[in-house]
Amino acid sequence: MTQASLNPDRSNRSSLGLSIRKRFLSSEPLRGYSLLSPTLLTMLFGLAMPLLVLFGLSFWLQDYVDFIKTFSLQNYSDFFAKPIYSAILMKSIRISAMVTLVTVLLAYPMAYFIAFRIKSNKLVWLILITVPFWTSYLLRVFAWKLMLGYNGVVNSGLKSLGLISEPLEFLLYNPTAVAITLAHAWAAFAILPIYVSLEKIDRSLLEASRDLGENAFMSFIRVTLPLSMPGVIAASLLVFIPTVGDYVTPSLVGGPSGIMIGNIIQSMFGKAFNWPLGAAISVISMLTVTAMVCLFLWGTHRLRRAVA
Amino acid sequence: MSDAIISFQGVGKRFGQVKAVDNASFDIQRGEFFSLLGPSGCGKTTLLRMVAGFEIPDSGEILIDGEPMSATPPNKRPVNMVFQNYAIFPHLDVRGNIAFGMRKSGLSRAELDKRIDEVLELIKLPGYGSRGAAELSGGQRQRVALARALIKQPKVLLLDEPLGALDKKLREQMQIELRQLQQQIGITFLFVTHDQEEALTLSDQIAVMSEGNVMEIASPGDLYESPNSRFVADFIGSMNFFEAEISGAQGDKVEITARGIGKTLVRRQEGLDATGQKVWVAIRPEKFQPFFTDPGTSENTLAGTLGPSAYLGDRSHFYVHIEGRDEPVLVALQNLTRAMNDMRRPNQPIWLQWTDEAVCTLPRS
Amino acid sequence: MSKRRPWWRPSGFMIYAVIYLTFIYLPVLFLPLFSFNNSKYIAFPLKGFTLKWYEQMINSPDMLEALMNSVKVGITVAILSTMLGLLAAKAVTRYRLPGRGPVMGFIMVPLVIPGIILAISLLILITQVDIPLSLWTVGFSHMLLCTPFAMLVLISRMEGFDKSLEEAGLDLGESAWMTFWRVTFPIVLPGIVASLLLTFTISFDEFVLAFFLTSTDPTLPIYIWSSLRFPTKIPAVLALGATIFILSFVVVSFSEWFRRRGVKLESSSGI
Repeated sequence: MTQASLNPDRSNRSSLGLSIRKRFLSSEPLRGYSLLSPTLLTMLFGLAMPLLVLFGLSFWLQDYVDFIKTFSLQNYSDFFAKPIYSAILMKSIRISAMVTLVTVLLAYPMAYFIAFRIKSNKLVWLILITVPFWTSYLLRVFAWKLMLGYNGVVNSGLKSLGLISEPLEFLLYNPTAVAITLAHAWAAFAILPIYVSLEKIDRSLLEASRDLGENAFMSFIRVTLPLSMPGVIAASLLVFIPTVGDYVTPSLVGGPSGIMIGNIIQSMFGKAFNWPLGAAISVISMLTVTAMVCLFLWGTHRLRRAVA
Repeated sequence: MSDAIISFQGVGKRFGQVKAVDNASFDIQRGEFFSLLGPSGCGKTTLLRMVAGFEIPDSGEILIDGEPMSATPPNKRPVNMVFQNYAIFPHLDVRGNIAFGMRKSGLSRAELDKRIDEVLELIKLPGYGSRGAAELSGGQRQRVALARALIKQPKVLLLDEPLGALDKKLREQMQIELRQLQQQIGITFLFVTHDQEEALTLSDQIAVMSEGNVMEIASPGDLYESPNSRFVADFIGSMNFFEAEISGAQGDKVEITARGIGKTLVRRQEGLDATGQKVWVAIRPEKFQPFFTDPGTSENTLAGTLGPSAYLGDRSHFYVHIEGRDEPVLVALQNLTRAMNDMRRPNQPIWLQWTDEAVCTLPRS
Repeated sequence: MSKRRPWWRPSGFMIYAVIYLTFIYLPVLFLPLFSFNNSKYIAFPLKGFTLKWYEQMINSPDMLEALMNSVKVGITVAILSTMLGLLAAKAVTRYRLPGRGPVMGFIMVPLVIPGIILAISLLILITQVDIPLSLWTVGFSHMLLCTPFAMLVLISRMEGFDKSLEEAGLDLGESAWMTFWRVTFPIVLPGIVASLLLTFTISFDEFVLAFFLTSTDPTLPIYIWSSLRFPTKIPAVLALGATIFILSFVVVSFSEWFRRRGVKLESSSGI
């Protein structure tokens, strides 16, 4: 049986085209990546390049409206020279960490409730949770400003109920207000990942734990909690990272004492008009956040190993 | 001149470091029910998918009806596949599923409807046209998958373990129907399975595969009665193996010395007749005839002690301990009468005899 | 499991859930509440019902313009990012890709970058290459932000969808494009709808990127931000917020209803 003799013309004529086509068809990675390419290229162009440019800009200097395009480390030295920048960065990290902790701690029981205690209509509860987040983010933050303000809802409500005579001043324009507002804003973002990982847990694992002698609480600690860790970690990251850079909330409810690093960066691109310095601060902030995240992941990894 | 509808010529495929198929070269004849049989991971499904066009061979060529296929995408090949989990389109009803591949057929609506009705009769689901995919049972989905492929009148029908998900009774029924269907319409079937009983029931020819290699291709009878390797002998059915050496030749018989059996004469086989050659002596469990008194000869006889037994309804398995061998010998007997209870008293001496035809000698490396 | 508790004796969890929900809803509910309040000041006690803030809202050309801008950007972003997300989801779930982990991680980066950093990076790049700021630059940035979300939604939809259905389509003679159209698309449709809605919502509500990357055409969040400085404009803004809230609720309820209908059954011979 000779194949060449059956169709000599076909095998000679377009054999180059055939072999290219065959190469393409046979390489699954090639076909997969060509399908992925529009998305990948867009993200490359829109993500990798700008970040590189940001990094590059941080080494230039600002001269009123122009850039001095020579390499300089002055922005970085300026950052560390003025203690206020580092202080605000650290404060932002502290606030974000606290917000993350509070948000995740409050969200976990809610996620647990829906995953384990609701039998039917889980989706209804999930939608119920997400509904408030279809109002504009700005308006939600503003709503807290309204609630906590001097003449705001809480104060005027308490006053008209006769519980206080003077409005409470400590409610607004401080880091606490920022923390409360952000914990509210990110609630849904925290609940959903935790819910998803709780939902995935095989219920028979818990039955096995009970069967082997553990009570309900210990079963939770030894089985449910460790298995839900991926969701908790995802939730923590989803809350922590964007919070560090937030400037909207601090500017609406933070007051002068509630300023965060995002406000500094924003002013560099606004009134203070020093783009390279803003770029440098951004780079430092991102590196710090990345370091914090790595620390966090390492810590949870060690914790898991210790508990297992 | 053979009438090969599929020809594998040096076909090879690897995934990363693993060689899934290694140099497969054989032909499938037109109109055959041909099975690829082997344990998981042996490469049978990969080979099938290469015929369908979902994998491209790294080396070698597949020809369908004489035409090389490596540059032809799946939708242009003259073959159709029945998938392992049937792949019934959930958003179409039965009619919609069956008609799916006929969009470019040029048939009028009326002609197509007629064809669909014919094929529904063929798969024994008349009137099921407007049922939704979700309403079908496993067996029904399988038939619809079959119909969907057959209506296109492919040159070869590819079946990827189609009966695996069905329960035993249904599976046996479908096996018979499948065989009848194939003989009725005359299309070549290329069938993949890991169930050797299924392969034996359905096939004209079986290719036994292991770890990417085709070990043997033969008819079910040949494969069962005279396998050509230990792997195939062991894979198909149950087999008793005895380590042996050829110790002499006498005409059309050779003398072998086997552990547990001692010296005995077996039929001479080509290539396995040199003195000192290492062989396996292989005897199927059902080929033994039991005796409770010494038959007096040592030819084709072994002596042992009866051990535990297992009752399987239509037959029973008995284990016989013999000298010089740790593993007991498996004996399978039809439960013709309940008086087989004689066989169930362990620790009594028993002699087993077999005929010349019952023995296979296999090479031993 | 445990027997059902009578509703008047809620479990600790239920109590917690109700309190938590109250915490989430309360600030949000004040918005519509005070949008009907007949007073310029957002404070108790309430001073009577009125619709005048809604009238003011509708009659504000600036607001309507910003609204239209947001809708235009939102629809474009929804369609483009869903398309990109669909291609990426198909590539990731249907093909063996070496380096898939890092590639997916890379595409997901916008989810974990603080918005302001992404905004300023894009701002720098765009001004350096002398592209003028406009709704287009806003739209592009939103697309970067929304594509990972689209991808996540569509990947989860495509993973639950048997690969051999597409192979069957090919096997039966359809080209890759027709297989997508006749098999993949109808089955993935609920995921596509969900992705469109999600990405539209994200874009519609997005403030930081829009703030940095637009010039004279405001999107709705930018309009809201500038209005918050003026106490007189606030009640009308609350009216706007309440309206958006109700509309979103209606739209998502509709999509949920649509999704529950599942994969629609086509009638005979789906040709």
